Amino acid sequence: MCGTCGCSANSVTIPLEQRVLARNDDLAHRNREWLAQRDVLAVNLMSSPGSGKTTLLERTIRDLGGDPVVSVVEGDQETSFDAERIRATGCRAVQVNTGAGCHLDAGVVAAALDDLAPPAHSVVFVENVGNLVCPALFDLGERHRVVVASVTEGENKPLKYPHMFAAADVVVLNKTDLLPHLDFDVDAFAGHLDRVNPRAALIRLSATGGTGFEVWTDLVRGWVP
Amino acid sequence: MHEVSITQEVVAAIAERLGDKRVTVVRLEIGKLSGVVADAVRFCFDLVAEGTTVAGARLEIAEPPGRVLCRDCATEYEADSLIVLCPACGSAHAEVLSGNELRIRSVEVSVPCAAPAAAPRTR
Repeated sequence: MCGTCGCSANSVTIPLEQRVLARNDDLAHRNREWLAQRDVLAVNLMSSPGSGKTTLLERTIRDLGGDPVVSVVEGDQETSFDAERIRATGCRAVQVNTGAGCHLDAGVVAAALDDLAPPAHSVVFVENVGNLVCPALFDLGERHRVVVASVTEGENKPLKYPHMFAAADVVVLNKTDLLPHLDFDVDAFAGHLDRVNPRAALIRLSATGGTGFEVWTDLVRGWVP
Repeated sequence: MHEVSITQEVVAAIAERLGDKRVTVVRLEIGKLSGVVADAVRFCFDLVAEGTTVAGARLEIAEPPGRVLCRDCATEYEADSLIVLCPACGSAHAEVLSGNELRIRSVEVSVPCAAPAAAPRTR
């Protein structure tokens, strides 16, 4: 109630009708334009911790052999171990530490892209924070979303984390060289993925052994503008 | 827990739109298929709002259910998660039609009364 005259008209509703993630989505849109103007392909790599994203990148960089040129944005809560591993392959990498944050957002990726200054017709891989929940919601301005899962994780991952797998256009199933030692049912995994995302392409490979890897590198080459 | 970031975005967006107006009610729409847990937003809202123009505001969250379309038999049905089975044909293939909403619908702000402070009260 109004303290001046006792009227009840002291509160007014203001419609906002605004997407909560509008700010991130605007920044992501700007990143997408920035990348398109430079003919640079950006790929958002997401997975749980330990599925082999960094090992996948190391071999990708090696096998592509500089054509196209690769640079990497590394997201982790703390440390720069991963960026150091990428730099050891001879390619440019920027480490982003999110501290308590559980995902990268379009703002931090914009700053990292400025630092990296990727050349035309190159690829920027954004290795997101290892987490199958939060990164799914945040558009970074990437052209492709790749989710990496590994055969040591259990074949029901797509059902347990449907938002993440539904957001992918490619799913890489890594560490297939370990299949003889595990109880992992690849067909069941493919079936679970099909249930949450029938459009996603599934690539089975081993980033350490190299089996199936050319399917992945051919795909990446085909994406480059 | 991305709900903290989501809640920070809500508070920042309101401050950007309304400046220093004092907000008393915040109305959000968080669909069941949005990937955001409404209870987690409720949990951290007061903490995130502290020290801002939204501090102390009442939070009202509408949680519309998901609507999906069966890709095999075109039946439309309600779903509270992305793991679904069509009640008509049993197919797991479904297209999300709605339930992804993540919006700030409206806010209520307090406005000073138009009556002059010295005006005598009428009874």
